[in-house]
Amino acid sequence: MKQFSAFVKKEFHHIFRDTRTLFILLGMPIMQIIIFGFALTNEVKNSRIAVLDNSKDAATASLISELEASRYFDIEKNIYSYKDIERSFREGKIKMAVVFPQHFGEDLQHFNKAQVQLVADASDPNVANTLTNYATAVVMDYQKRITDDRQLPYAINTEMRMLYNPQLKGAYSFVPGVMAMVLMLVCTLMTAITVVREKEMGTMEILLASPIKPLKIIIAKAVPYLLLSVVNVASILLLSVFVLDVPINGSLPLLIVESILFTLTCLAFGLLISASTASQQTAMFISLTGMFLPTIMLSGFMFPIENMPLPLQWLSNVVPAKWYYLIVKDVMIKGVGFESIWKETLILAGMMFFLLTMAIKKFKIRLA
Amino acid sequence: MNKDKVITAEALTKRFGSFTAVNGISFDVHKGEIFGFLGANGAGKTTAMRMLSGLSMPTSGKATVAGYDVYKENEKIKQNIGYMSQKFSLYEDLTVKENIRFYAGIYGMTNQFIKEKTGFILQHLHMEKEGDKLVRSLPLGWKQKLAFSVAIFHDPQIVFLDEPTGGVDPVTRREFWNMIYQAAENGITVFVTTHYMDEAEYCHRVSIMVDGRIDALDTPKELKRTFNASSMDEVFLKLARKATRVAD
Amino acid sequence: MRSVTVNNIIKRYGTKKSFTTALEGVSFEVDKGELFGIIGPDGAGKTSLFRILTTLLLADGGSATVDGLDVVKNYKDIRERVGYMPGRFSLYQDLTVQENLDFFATVFNTSIEENYDLVKDIYSQIEPFKDRKAGKLSGGMKQKLALSCALIHRPSVLFLDEPTTGVDAVSRKEFWEMLKKLKEQGITILVSTPYMDEAGLCDRVALIQSGKIMTINTPEGIVNAFGKKLLAVKSDNMLQLLNKIKACPGVADAYPFGEYHHAVMENGGTKELSAYLERSGKAFELKEVTPDIEDCFMALMKN
Repeated sequence: MKQFSAFVKKEFHHIFRDTRTLFILLGMPIMQIIIFGFALTNEVKNSRIAVLDNSKDAATASLISELEASRYFDIEKNIYSYKDIERSFREGKIKMAVVFPQHFGEDLQHFNKAQVQLVADASDPNVANTLTNYATAVVMDYQKRITDDRQLPYAINTEMRMLYNPQLKGAYSFVPGVMAMVLMLVCTLMTAITVVREKEMGTMEILLASPIKPLKIIIAKAVPYLLLSVVNVASILLLSVFVLDVPINGSLPLLIVESILFTLTCLAFGLLISASTASQQTAMFISLTGMFLPTIMLSGFMFPIENMPLPLQWLSNVVPAKWYYLIVKDVMIKGVGFESIWKETLILAGMMFFLLTMAIKKFKIRLA
Repeated sequence: MNKDKVITAEALTKRFGSFTAVNGISFDVHKGEIFGFLGANGAGKTTAMRMLSGLSMPTSGKATVAGYDVYKENEKIKQNIGYMSQKFSLYEDLTVKENIRFYAGIYGMTNQFIKEKTGFILQHLHMEKEGDKLVRSLPLGWKQKLAFSVAIFHDPQIVFLDEPTGGVDPVTRREFWNMIYQAAENGITVFVTTHYMDEAEYCHRVSIMVDGRIDALDTPKELKRTFNASSMDEVFLKLARKATRVAD
Repeated sequence: MRSVTVNNIIKRYGTKKSFTTALEGVSFEVDKGELFGIIGPDGAGKTSLFRILTTLLLADGGSATVDGLDVVKNYKDIRERVGYMPGRFSLYQDLTVQENLDFFATVFNTSIEENYDLVKDIYSQIEPFKDRKAGKLSGGMKQKLALSCALIHRPSVLFLDEPTTGVDAVSRKEFWEMLKKLKEQGITILVSTPYMDEAGLCDRVALIQSGKIMTINTPEGIVNAFGKKLLAVKSDNMLQLLNKIKACPGVADAYPFGEYHHAVMENGGTKELSAYLERSGKAFELKEVTPDIEDCFMALMKN
């Protein structure tokens, strides 16, 4: 135990004496949150939507078939009430719901005026915006076509409702994304580098020739970065709540536990990289291409996964950040409990154990 | 010996903050001379060499190298000197020929000239068969001899050698010094640092730096007489033991 | 009991098809409390040998024991009891002197206090700078710190891989004085060096070149085995003189050696060479000298 604590102490010395790196590590979350304040627009294809038809007349039938015909939507049937909509949203089955009120067709015929409601999951505001715009366009098309045959214009009002994120704040989606990215960078990149640096400096040679157990070296290397990550999570959450007005709708302890799980996964990956490389450059390169790029591209944080070609969608399943991103979005923004995210949690935990086992197996007890 | 001065230094000084690495050194080096530049670790040798090779700007003092001023004409200086160090001289992952080509290319040699001279060097070093081998695969002694040949490829007026023979076996070390002598005969001035005190004996003149100053400068014979020592080793120890500086 | 035994160790690097051989069947034994020098140029295989003995590398053939323990099977036990100072400075540059020593003491399950008497002589020299970062020390002080760290757990065998390479003559002398004192404490010391002049400071030395041991003996034994007359000659024009000596019949080899040239005589001696050189009419100084390790090394290399 004394060996271990001496080792951890030493790691902290390294970290605190390299003030430039420390500054970057702690300043990064702040920078990222500012940078990603500018959200990106993106196109949405084949999104699952639900239709609640309370009218069931000729007009609604043809509007639904128009929606179905467009390449933007896949319609989820079997929705009979607002309750069903609510449930589908929570389960993440649908992105938007189209609600026709009772007597839609009659209103349109007799008053030349009718209402249709679009309800969107705006925890991803870009997607929500795009979807409602597309749906509105489809409705407008229909309206124009039937007006052509008549004197008086029909007017269908589309009423939009953004669920979970009423003000459509971009911050709602990028906060979880930034958390995933920052933790990934701190844990994977920094742990990978810190072990490899010992190899480069030659100190690993002395450590290996000493009685200290490799497992102790590995864990002691990871501990400081785990703590640093907790600090980063805290600073991101504080910034979100007090500066960006993003509420934490779910349980804070759950969010923190999940973050620690993700951190451990990243640490394990960093250790695996460091066990298999010999220079800091290689370690950095592998961390960036192996972790950073997939986190940005395939976690769903920047680009909707449902728009990607199938192979990439499959690939996204092995990116830990994807699962963490889903978890944070659900807990922080949708406010769901553990019962809704246990699957993602299990997957993440599985990844962590796999990576850690590999890292320990690959750690050489001798020089190459 | 030709008394043309190819290096002159006058009260040359380099400070890093409050630390004076080189403290007002003055000396001349003549054409074709083998000038040994000795000193303990941290005495300021490397800093002095960097100033003379145009890599580092002096804080004060005057110096000319190959007739050019170290303050204003450091590009001209670089054209007229060669440099080789124990640590990095050749690219390990390039072949022997590729290394020669690369360095010759830097100095703007024509392809025809490079080809002829490459052949000549390889023949001279008895390395004709190794031309297409990676430098990494060569024994250290061969690497060092090759690095020296490359450093004087463009016929510089002066060649700076920073511990060129560290770790080299005794036979190859002597072959290396043989090459140094030949270069000096051809009029190239050799400015060399070493930790081997027997090599100090091979120099025409030797300067010994202690704590940023040059404490002794003369022929090995005169130095031994002045310090009443039987070998250069003894001279060096007598001087270097006075050093008070602790940091590199 | 033998402290270290090395039996026909072979080490290769590279693939099966294209490899370089670092050690070609090296064997020797070191007694307890002995100061054993492994002397040879860079690339001779010294570092590979030390890494095999400190359990950091696996040999491709042969066997070795340290303190009676097999370097492969009992690697964990060996790691408890050897001290190792690698060739390049391998301490934490961003930790202070004191922090480094503390850290390594803890890694070896001991404390500075417990073995202070062993490192006192060495450590006290750098103790005034104990709050200075290791990276800011001079070469000689770095070495003293590295040696203190390698000694802090009172190892029974100490491996020092080229401790004096790149170190100036003053620090080298001091370092060897420290080793002599350590020997008195009963620690077996294996030290490698490319500097031939350091051989004389060892109890016994192995001269190694291109992965093969050329000879193992006491320094005196190696010199006595030289077997030929050695003459030292100097004059005002050394380059000319060397060519003349080489041309003299009876001279087996001639090379510069400090301020003199050394001439190895196949047959004949002072008289013959002297007579030959006098013919050119130039003044010279000639004397018979005892060979030193460097002469012996070169003679063995050329065999």
